[in-house]
Amino acid sequence: SFQDDTALSTTMAAYGVPPALGVAPEMMEEISTGTTIMACQYDGGVVLGADSRTSTGTYVANRASDKITMVTDNVWMCRSGSAADTQNVCAYVKNLTEEHNMQRRGDLDPGMADVKLVANLTMQLAYKNKDKLSAGMIIGGWDATLGAQVYGIPLGGSMQRVPFTVGGSGSAYIYGWCDNTWRENMTREEAEGWVARAISLAIARDASSGGVVRLVTIHSKGSSRQMLEPKHQSLCESELPVIPRKVGGVVG
Amino acid sequence: ATHVVEVKPARALAPGLIRSVAMAHIHRDDAEERGGFNFDNVRRNEMLRGSGLAFKNAMKTGTTISGVCFAGGVVLGADTRSTNGETVADKNCEKIHYIAPNIYCCGAGTAADTEAVTGMIASNLELHRMATKRDSRVITALTQLKTHLFKYQGHVGAALVLGGCDVDGPHLFTVYPHGSSDALPFATMGSGSLAAMAVFESDFKENMTEEEAKDLVARSIRAGIFNDLGSGSNVDLCVIKKGEVSYLRNHETPNERTYVRSKGYDFPPGSTPLNRRNFMTATSATLPLNETVIISEGAPEDAMVM
Repeated sequence: SFQDDTALSTTMAAYGVPPALGVAPEMMEEISTGTTIMACQYDGGVVLGADSRTSTGTYVANRASDKITMVTDNVWMCRSGSAADTQNVCAYVKNLTEEHNMQRRGDLDPGMADVKLVANLTMQLAYKNKDKLSAGMIIGGWDATLGAQVYGIPLGGSMQRVPFTVGGSGSAYIYGWCDNTWRENMTREEAEGWVARAISLAIARDASSGGVVRLVTIHSKGSSRQMLEPKHQSLCESELPVIPRKVGGVVG
Repeated sequence: ATHVVEVKPARALAPGLIRSVAMAHIHRDDAEERGGFNFDNVRRNEMLRGSGLAFKNAMKTGTTISGVCFAGGVVLGADTRSTNGETVADKNCEKIHYIAPNIYCCGAGTAADTEAVTGMIASNLELHRMATKRDSRVITALTQLKTHLFKYQGHVGAALVLGGCDVDGPHLFTVYPHGSSDALPFATMGSGSLAAMAVFESDFKENMTEEEAKDLVARSIRAGIFNDLGSGSNVDLCVIKKGEVSYLRNHETPNERTYVRSKGYDFPPGSTPLNRRNFMTATSATLPLNETVIISEGAPEDAMVM
C-alpha cells in the first residue's frame, strides 16, 4: 500500500540505501512552509512581512510562495507551519468570518471585519484542533473599533495581542534584533523598512527561509502589497563576516 | 444500511471544525454526511493481513509531470510510465486527466488515487455546469481537490498539476497530497520533478509563444524520462487555450523499440514440448464434447466438423 512504501523507503534511506527508482519530493514529506513571518504595528496601521520559500524536506517546492493571505480587505493573515493545514484553516476562517458578518454586522463597512473577530475564530480552530494541526499564524489588520492590531497565534492555539511579533523557523534568529531595534509609533516607511530588514536577516541565517520578501501594509484607507527581490533587499548576506579569499589561491 | 459504527475521533476531521468531535456511536450514513472518515476498510485490511494475505503494492506512477503558462494559455506535459514496485506496469499510460472541457490535470503519486480523485471532481463539475449553465473555473476544481485531499490528511496519494483556461484567463496550480496548493507560472511534480524543474529554471520566460511553450514542456518531460528511473516511454502534451484544447497523446516517442525481429514471431505447432495431456470428461449436465454438425445445405467439404 502507499503507506507501506513510504515507511520502507524512509527506513532504507535512513540506512543509506539509495532508492531504486526516483523519489518524488512531494511524497516523501509533507509540505512545510519553513519560513519567517512577522507583523508590527505602526502609527496608523500594521505591516506584515514574510519570506517566500516553501520546502518539502530539502527540496524547495515553491520559491515564490505568498504566505500573507487576505481574510478580508482590512485583515490579513501570515501563515507558517504545514502548508496544507494553514491554507485550509485560512479558508475556514474566511468562510466563518463572512458568515458571522452576514448575520451580525449589518451594513457597517461592508467588506471589512473586526480584526479581533478574525483572530478569535482562528484561535478557536487552532486550539480545538491542536492535536491535528501544525500551524502558527499571525493576524494583522486595521478596523475602526480598535485601530491597528496584531495578534499572534502560535502552535497550541493561544492568542495574544502584541505590538509586534515574529514566527516560523527563521524567527529564532531575529528575536534579539527585533527586541533591540523596535520603537513605538514608527512611521509607515520606517516600519516597512524595519520589517524588510528583519526578514532579510532571517533569510541570511535560516536555510528554510529564502526567496523574496513580501510586505503587506494595512491602514485606514486600505491595504497594499509589495515584493522585494533579493537585489532590492538589505544586503544582509554580503554583510555577514567572512575571511577574504586569495584570488587564484587554494580555498582553505 | 443502519449498521452502527464507532468512529474514532482521533482521525476524524469533520468540515465543521469548531464543533468538537465527541466519542459517540454514529450511523455509517451520518458519518459520511458529516464528512467524517469511514475506516471500516482499514479494520478489514488489518484482519486480512493477520490471516496471512499478501497485499500487492499499489501501482504508482513514478512520474514526471509539468506545466507552463504562456501568452494565452497553458501547456501540460507528462511521461507515460506506470510502475508497480520496480516493474513497469504500463508502458504507455495516460497521466493527463480530463476535468472539464477547458481544464485538464496531470497526476503523480498513486495511480488509483489520481484517477479516482480527478474522475470525482470531473463528475462534480459536470453537474455544476448543468446547474449553473456556465463554463467551469479552474479555481473550482482546485478548491474541491484541496478540500477532499485535506479531509483525508495525505492518505489519498495524489499530487497534481492542474491547468486550464477560463473566463479569468489561463491558470496553473500544483496540488499536494496533504491538501496544499501553489499558484505558479511553471510547475513540476513527481520523481522526475527535479530534472524537469532544472529545464524550466534555465529556459522559462514570460509570455512565450505556443510553440516555444510546447517545446519547453516536452524538453522538461524528456529530462525526466531520461534521468529519472521512475519515468519513461513517451511524452504526452495538452495545450489549453481559450476555446481550444489539443490533447497531443504521444506527442514524442523517443523510446521506440530499436530492434524488432524481421521474421516476426510465428511459432509453428510443436514448438513447445508437450509434457502431459489431461482430459476431463464432461458431466451429463453439459453439452457432449464431440458434436457432429449435419449440413443441410452446401457442399460437404465446406462444412466445419466440430
